[in-house]
Amino acid sequence: MKFLSSHQSGFISFFNEIGDMGNFTGRYFRELFSKPFEFREFLNQCYQMGNKSLLLVGVTGFILGLVFTLQSRPTLMEFGAVSWMPSMISISIVREIGPVIIALICAGRIGSSIGAELGSMKVTEQIDAMEVSGTNPFKYLVVTRILAATCMLPLLVIIGDFVALVGSAIIENAKGDVSFTLYFNQVFEALEFTDLIPATLKTFFFGFAIGLVGCFKGYNSNKGTAGVGKASNSAVVFTSMLLFVLDFIAVFITDIFYS
Amino acid sequence: MKNQPVIEIKNLYKSFGQTRVLNDFNLTLFKGENLVLMGKSGSGKSVLIKCLVGLMDFDKGSIKVLGKDISNIKQSELDELRTDIGFLFQGSALYDSMTVRENLEFPLRRHQNDSESKTKARVEEALENVGLPQTIDLMPAELSGGMQRRIALARALILKPKIIIYDEPTTGLDPITAKEIILLMMNIQKKYATSSLIITHDVDCARVISNRMILLLDGKDYIQGTFNELALSEDPKIKAFFK
Repeated sequence: MKFLSSHQSGFISFFNEIGDMGNFTGRYFRELFSKPFEFREFLNQCYQMGNKSLLLVGVTGFILGLVFTLQSRPTLMEFGAVSWMPSMISISIVREIGPVIIALICAGRIGSSIGAELGSMKVTEQIDAMEVSGTNPFKYLVVTRILAATCMLPLLVIIGDFVALVGSAIIENAKGDVSFTLYFNQVFEALEFTDLIPATLKTFFFGFAIGLVGCFKGYNSNKGTAGVGKASNSAVVFTSMLLFVLDFIAVFITDIFYS
Repeated sequence: MKNQPVIEIKNLYKSFGQTRVLNDFNLTLFKGENLVLMGKSGSGKSVLIKCLVGLMDFDKGSIKVLGKDISNIKQSELDELRTDIGFLFQGSALYDSMTVRENLEFPLRRHQNDSESKTKARVEEALENVGLPQTIDLMPAELSGGMQRRIALARALILKPKIIIYDEPTTGLDPITAKEIILLMMNIQKKYATSSLIITHDVDCARVISNRMILLLDGKDYIQGTFNELALSEDPKIKAFFK
């Protein structure tokens, strides 16, 4: 009985949280389209999320390209299909692996940072101080961060995808004697707009999810400093799960339209 | 003392679940007055001031600040009203991702259309007032607790508010720094003729700074009077505060 009741309360609190997040999302859209717009803070957040994640995304993308090519090479050689390498790598990276891996990296880098920052502001009464000074903290802190994450993630994914293809080209050049020009010619021949557009569109939703969950967890954190750690941690865990759900939905919809 | 009320709280009730924190509480703060509100920890002092500035909703009663009923005004009017209230938080609540300068500039940039040079001059003046001009480019984490409290006071004063609310201004500070903060509060009151509501359980602070005191007990305004009147009371509940 105890087991059942603990699971029951777990379910109830889960659905309560989903409901709270729904309200939070509704408030975000209401505040997004009302004046004043915090443009300066939005640009600052774009810089913090975009520029400061660039190195991490670059290194991750590069290693992803290297490893993916190294791992695929022996199998393709076995079937005499090594010439398909640029096409295969580019389609896999652009359509699926690049967006998902880079979104997961950003969930760790951006989502946890938003959760911890807002959580710490909440427990140290900085959010109250902002409100008392006549500033709408939701607009200043939440709207700017979610919007910046939504705008920056697609750019980070495009850069990450490109760097991954460069990594892959380096391996192909070293191991298969394929020139960079030939490699990228084959990449661009293989890729179509039907690969690029849905893959880019879904990254806007990934960015929105990262910003939304990070802000929701941080803005609603409580229970002192332990709550800050919990907010940061649960922001990453919840966002990571949500990213896979969103990815499934995106692939499902793409499949309906393009199959 | 001009008998013009700047804050009027009437029959205020606030509960959290079954726990009633404020129970028919009344308070009036007059222009230019230093009113000290004393009460035990957990007696609802912080809840009261959060209701006062609209950070928390109350269940019943009315709160008028500068003649405006805060439960019946639009958000934009409340934001406007808040610029007339300076608030010193117990933990200072400085924005830790901003420098001291940016902390002080924040309210100015949002509510005044001053030129860059005027903004700079006002920030420098506010820091001079609290005796910390050298900290202008430091981050809050680089300052001591007492310095953070002074900077927070400078930020609370930068819009030249008509009312200042101090939430436990001396809590967590050593006696010397606490005295410095009290002195600073008195100087500020003299210089800007502000009305102050001071929430504290520091008897020394209350003795030095108060024109009038209210004791908050069981959610009610148990007794009002000057420091001496309350300190000489024979009521055991009041005596317990002055031991």
